[in-house]
Amino acid sequence: MDPNSKRKKESPPETSRSSPFPDEVLERILGLLKSNKDRSSVSLVCKDWYNAESWSRTHVFIGNCYSVSPEIVARRFPKIRSVTLKGKPRFSDFNLVPRNWGADIQSWLVVFASKYPFLEELRLKRMTVTDESLEFLALNFPDFKALSLLSCDGFSTDGLAAIATHCKNLTELDIQENGIDDKSGNWLSCFPENFSSLEVLNFANLNSDVNFDALEKLVSRCKSLKVLKVNKNVSLEQLQRLLVCTPQLTEIGTGSFSQELTGCQYTELENTFNHCKSLETLSGLWEATAPYLPVLYPACTNLTFLNLGYAALQSHELANLLRHCPQLRRLWVLDTVEDKGLEAVGSNCPLLEELRVFPADPFDEEIIRGVTEAGFVAVSYGCRRLHYVLYFCRQMTNAAVATIVQNCPNFTHFRLCIMNPGQPDYMTNEPMDEAFGAVVKTCSKLQRLSVSGLLTDLTFVYIGRYAKNLETLSVAFAGSSDWGMQCVLGGCPKLRKLEIRDCPFGNATLLSGLEKYESMRSLWMSSCNVTMNGCRQLAREMPRLNVEVMKEEGSDDIQADKVYVYRSVAGPRRDAPPSVLTLSGL
Amino acid sequence: MAYEGDLNLKATELRLGLPGSDEPKKQASAPSIRSNKRASPEIAEESRTRSNSSASIAENGDRGIDEPPAKAQVVGWPPIRSYRKNCFQTKQNDAEGEGACMYVKVRVDGAPYLRKIDLKVYKSYPELLKALENMFKLTIGEYSEREGYNGSNYSPTYEDKEGDWMLVGDVPWEMFICSCKRLRIMKGSETKGLSCL
Repeated sequence: MDPNSKRKKESPPETSRSSPFPDEVLERILGLLKSNKDRSSVSLVCKDWYNAESWSRTHVFIGNCYSVSPEIVARRFPKIRSVTLKGKPRFSDFNLVPRNWGADIQSWLVVFASKYPFLEELRLKRMTVTDESLEFLALNFPDFKALSLLSCDGFSTDGLAAIATHCKNLTELDIQENGIDDKSGNWLSCFPENFSSLEVLNFANLNSDVNFDALEKLVSRCKSLKVLKVNKNVSLEQLQRLLVCTPQLTEIGTGSFSQELTGCQYTELENTFNHCKSLETLSGLWEATAPYLPVLYPACTNLTFLNLGYAALQSHELANLLRHCPQLRRLWVLDTVEDKGLEAVGSNCPLLEELRVFPADPFDEEIIRGVTEAGFVAVSYGCRRLHYVLYFCRQMTNAAVATIVQNCPNFTHFRLCIMNPGQPDYMTNEPMDEAFGAVVKTCSKLQRLSVSGLLTDLTFVYIGRYAKNLETLSVAFAGSSDWGMQCVLGGCPKLRKLEIRDCPFGNATLLSGLEKYESMRSLWMSSCNVTMNGCRQLAREMPRLNVEVMKEEGSDDIQADKVYVYRSVAGPRRDAPPSVLTLSGL
Repeated sequence: MAYEGDLNLKATELRLGLPGSDEPKKQASAPSIRSNKRASPEIAEESRTRSNSSASIAENGDRGIDEPPAKAQVVGWPPIRSYRKNCFQTKQNDAEGEGACMYVKVRVDGAPYLRKIDLKVYKSYPELLKALENMFKLTIGEYSEREGYNGSNYSPTYEDKEGDWMLVGDVPWEMFICSCKRLRIMKGSETKGLSCL
């Protein structure tokens, strides 16, 4: 049925309507709204606006795939062209969620095939995606354009081959950090000879060799290509040949960036990068060594995002590179750059807004290197616009954090990971309470906080009292009693996601959040002191929450090892594996 | 994947000091839960066991005598995505310590045992040679392109990626770092032989 005529039948006659605007005008205006938050607000004004918003929405973001069913989504939003879906709880990235937990995309695709046959974009995070689903996607959506998979699992390169073979209008294929069964690189050769619509191609995290000839031909005929991120099997010489065809790239992932080049080849590479004047994002450099980094310099003039998260650079190599990146806003590095490298960040990147420092050797305690509090402090002195940080380190002090937030009071995301669980301030031996106290007192715009180190309830009292804009909180190996977390649950009005592991919080914590959970996306508690009875009580008192307990093998029936609580309008899910108990209040 | 042949540096490294004495800058009172050597997290990861996240004691048969007792291993900590974890494990299993550190064996002719040094700690030849001189209590002398190392009985050499033994100092430092697999400080008449060529 024509969707327009269906809508006219359903809307009330002109005379009884309160709105002065015809539907079309209202929809046109609301169609200009892009932010989902705005759209949610708008939809609550009145029924007409609710309907107009529903009809004009083309992109839907679903932060928890079990909070709603595909049927409900389709009923409310008939004209969706782009879907973003997130599945498993975030701690599944760290192996805390059983493999067959759920979040399978297939049931969504089946509904979409019928209700959104014109679907163009699908962006998935932490979903299970099988090869069959990828093939189903490729065959049932003729307009399909963009596929992005991050931290997903369940598929192999066969699924990618299906996408390459059948999606005639594909503009984006973005495969990032997934648990993929990498059988071969043949999928790339499946793009038809006349296929030329690709704008984004990211296969940086795949390990198998692709056919270089096929890649080169693909890249030369896709004239609109803007983003190209190759995997580490692509050599420097090959990269140079690709870039010669594509000087217009805004994002480049260089692959391993390693090879012994002749003088002549080196010069050619330099010239090629000299022509890459549109570059905004640079990543890869997996095996880059100092002699070859300088070829990048001329391409970095307008660089805003430098991702060295897989490139084990030394401090002086980073320093030299950063001198050529005056416009840098976002920087991801490994802690091989050490404090000295971070000093160079402070000196060379005045516009920096985001810094992520990953550990190169997270499990090896014998080689105590990496970054310390000194590096972080140095960055804070030089980069006053810093508002997003993710920092893995082995030592920290309360004083350092206090200095850091004094220099940079605009933090929206503060994620500090002191890698040894429960480690105190290494100079004073005190808990790190005052550090996070300083963060929440000073950074009024704080939205996301991850805490670490030795923490007592005081940290959480501070958070509850001061972190009025906090939306996401991650806690591990911290706290002394339920009191602390009760302060958080009672105090942070905007809290949406709370994830806790290995803390001495129990049923009192769980049940103190009763009034809050319906305004939150989810709660995760694992290896705490929550019991099955506590969970049952929660389920009884809040029937519209899904309360799920993941049972470990061999554990008793009293402790609730892993608890995942989330609001849902779709009721308890029916696809849970046997190890996941759904406690229903009904 | 040879997890057994892991870099068990502490056990193989010979240090002068009382048994049980530790590195100077250890953290103060840290709790008993610590992450262990690389072997166990991978095995836990590979087989996706649902091990209890608070304490699964790793098996550890091959520790040296002055090693602290096996520490409890924590699943999913530090919070690094599996993809990134696997990436670096592979890198380090492939190439003995490319990346964050680069330990190579050092043999000195006539010495009873070998040593190991981290090449990444040094930024230049003079630094490296000085460190070697300190470690072995010997003098290496001045490098010259024409005559190798003059003024002493010792010549530092290294094995490169192609298996050839080269004189330390001929190629730029960065290139040396990338190609050096192990060092040997040759002594006496052999070195004279080199400079006679």
